[in-house]
Amino acid sequence: MLNYILRRMIQTLVLLVVLSFIAFSLVEIMPGDPASAILGSTATKEQILQLRKEMGLDLPFYERYGNWLWDVFHGDLGWSYMYSEKISDLIAQRLPITMYLSLLAILLSVILGIAAGIYCAIKRNSFLDQILSVTANIGVSAPSFWLGLLGIYVFALKLHLLPVQGWTSPFDDFVMSIKQAVMPVILMAIPSIAVMTRQTRSAMLEVIRQDYIRTAWSKGLAEQVVIYRHALKNSLIPVVTLLGMQLRIFVGGSVLVETIFNIPGMGRLLVAAAFNKDFLVVQAGVLIIGAVVCLANMLVDISYAWIDPRIKYH
Amino acid sequence: MSVKALKSEGTPPHITQFTYLRRVMMRRWVVVIGLFIIFILIFTAAFAPLIAPYDPYQQNLKSALKGPSSSHLLGTDELGRDLLSRIIYGSRISLLVGIVGVSLAGALGIILGLLAGYYEGCINIIIMRFIDSLLSLPPLLLILAISAILGGGLLNILVAIGIGMMPTYARLMCGQVIALKQNDYITATRSFGSSGFRIMFMHLLPNAFPTILVLLTQNLGFAILMEASLSYLGIGILPPAAAWGSMVSSSQRFLLTNPMLSLLPGFAIMAVVLSFNMVGDGLRDALDPRLRGTL
Repeated sequence: MLNYILRRMIQTLVLLVVLSFIAFSLVEIMPGDPASAILGSTATKEQILQLRKEMGLDLPFYERYGNWLWDVFHGDLGWSYMYSEKISDLIAQRLPITMYLSLLAILLSVILGIAAGIYCAIKRNSFLDQILSVTANIGVSAPSFWLGLLGIYVFALKLHLLPVQGWTSPFDDFVMSIKQAVMPVILMAIPSIAVMTRQTRSAMLEVIRQDYIRTAWSKGLAEQVVIYRHALKNSLIPVVTLLGMQLRIFVGGSVLVETIFNIPGMGRLLVAAAFNKDFLVVQAGVLIIGAVVCLANMLVDISYAWIDPRIKYH
Repeated sequence: MSVKALKSEGTPPHITQFTYLRRVMMRRWVVVIGLFIIFILIFTAAFAPLIAPYDPYQQNLKSALKGPSSSHLLGTDELGRDLLSRIIYGSRISLLVGIVGVSLAGALGIILGLLAGYYEGCINIIIMRFIDSLLSLPPLLLILAISAILGGGLLNILVAIGIGMMPTYARLMCGQVIALKQNDYITATRSFGSSGFRIMFMHLLPNAFPTILVLLTQNLGFAILMEASLSYLGIGILPPAAAWGSMVSSSQRFLLTNPMLSLLPGFAIMAVVLSFNMVGDGLRDALDPRLRGTL
């Protein structure tokens, strides 16, 4: 087990290094010179050269990468000219909001997805199974900004049940916070509920065919016991892996959802940064989100080897 | 039992792969509906100038924000442009982005996957670690970052979508190639002295293609969704171009008074993406040898 954890940690470390390289290169491949872009067209050649030197742009690629990595390790992600603030501060304010919403969305999609998946597997090809599979397909296909507008139109503008948009911290006003989070969380969860349902259904169908399930049936166990005690545990294994891979989908979903509902999270920060060409913020966002996803995947894999000892031998 | 008897017991004889595919696909009503919508999409995209009742860019401020009427079937937007004509022209951008974006992603991914799967060792490690890191990023974020750096516009969006969606193909292709390489016919070809290039493109690629094809079909919808999302965020295809995503975002201010203006283009996105997903799913099930005979 220790061996497995160590191996998985080294893999993650390699991924993080490659990721940092990708994030650094993103800004490097940008056409044009950042120094002249910052100073504008009125700057003299000396001013540009001066700024290039200050920004370290006159150094070779690997040295700049090294310096940048060194700064990142010391918590310095650069300066956002759009907000005139340290990027690390910007992210520290916004990342918790996105993580909070993502965790709620994960919780929702796990509960609903697994429940629907079990139902569809047991009542395979029933009317509700088919309806659910079409609904799941719609859930994956519908653009979340469209579903969001539809939700705002129906629940906020017409029925006046929920606020149109906005964000309140749950520590300031809990009821308001929940009300405002309902639609964003559901929207972020919808694509994953669909995937989760499909995965649980097919995993369950696979497990149900196995010999030990037939044994359980032939022992005369009740349906509930066979399904929940015997079949469910093994069919959840692929679902757990899926959850690790889905994390990036939740965070990606937050980009659109935070924009629609005007939530000050990472997603909206990155959209604003991309829109205003504040590339260092985009770079930092790519790095931080990628790192969070990598680390979460590692934790999922380790816990998963702990749940199912067969895994670590592969 | 003779060979003949064995044969007659299995699947009915003389059915080509294509006939089988067609039969399996056409038996499902969702696939048929999906194909029908895709057909309409291709038709409207091809003949947009003939079908559209008005010029999608023709402004007429006097008749702005009007509801559906006999002269404007779906009403007009805030600049008096005909909504139906704009939706019809929008199908061109969506179809183009879907096909070109996915082809680009597929081509890049297939080449990287072939190289990584065929040459194990150093090349595999370099390519796959790179792919794995890209896969830890949300596709939308990756595409957003690339298009922010390249700038908006159709061409840059296509490049961004191509790069952003490439890792999935590379991953899949690499796995396929590693599995296929174990087959005897690859060993046989190699012993004839075939070059690596020939083995990769003449033998491994055709055999891995059905699996890739399923993902390509399913991702057509995904590419359209990504472009729509970018255009909605204001980073993709910029107004006044009639892209469905930017139509939703520019009209959402009028959600209370003219909800159809932003909801209809969104519905068009959903219908098209859903159709590609349904057809892709149908294709996956039809090509899956494990499900053969059960469908």
